[in-house]
Amino acid sequence: MSTWSRNSPLTAFAVLATALLGIATALVFFYAPVDQDGLNQKIFYFHVPIALTSYACFGFGALKAFLHLWKRTPGADLESYVAVHQGVMFGAMTLVTGSIWAKVRWGHWWVWGDEQLVLFLVLFLFYCAYFMLRYSVEPGLQRANVCAVYALFGVVLIPISFMAIRLAKSYIHPTVFTSSGPQMAGSQFLTFCVCLAAMLGLGYFLYRFELASKRLDANVKELRTHLA
Amino acid sequence: MTAEEKYVAAAYLVVFLFVLVYVVIMAAKLSRLGREVAELVELVRGGRRDEHPDAGPERERREVGVG
Repeated sequence: MSTWSRNSPLTAFAVLATALLGIATALVFFYAPVDQDGLNQKIFYFHVPIALTSYACFGFGALKAFLHLWKRTPGADLESYVAVHQGVMFGAMTLVTGSIWAKVRWGHWWVWGDEQLVLFLVLFLFYCAYFMLRYSVEPGLQRANVCAVYALFGVVLIPISFMAIRLAKSYIHPTVFTSSGPQMAGSQFLTFCVCLAAMLGLGYFLYRFELASKRLDANVKELRTHLA
Repeated sequence: MTAEEKYVAAAYLVVFLFVLVYVVIMAAKLSRLGREVAELVELVRGGRRDEHPDAGPERERREVGVG
């Protein structure tokens, strides 16, 4: 790693995420073939990685919450909060892009009969309520503990949401990844992998960016209190 | 442009706008924090000037570690 990237890792992450997003977009539109589903299948390359990044953020938030409860790791509460915030943001993008795709593919913005859609919405709303809980309790150890327990409960919904489509008897949500591997051409799978790396990279950069800002905010507040 | 093309463009535009809005909000916040830090530095310098009226601005800058 160069001196520059060691000294400013946030800038390095930003450059990496932007480069990966550029490559991913180019692959989606100029490399991946249009299959029998039509052009709307292009939404898949961003929609699914965004949803997986959202799951990853919620999972990471739960891991940090667990570390807070178990080892009292300093800063784990803030890291958990920022990860959940990122998860909600990516969750909102999943719902919007999924809704647009549903309109093209099924002719409806939303289908209440689809288990995966509804379960993802439940997961999203569950984590939206996390913020209501967090800001209704005074800052301190009690708030950190309550939020950590809540974030841990939410993580149970992730495998349920992920498996819903595979467990459902009747569904209209497409299943691309089955037990026999990805149901797509090699070029499509490569494009999907690059898109997933780009979204995870973007998620990680935004996580680090928000975390740095929150830490700076906390330091400024503490300094202001000392100087007052 | 067909309806399908419009929907695909809309989906990608939504992602781009989401990220753009988020980065703009965060940049605004960082800018506010930068102003607050500058304000606090001034406050510290003012306090030191009161404690040591003979201290020059160059010495203060060294002590605070800015510049």
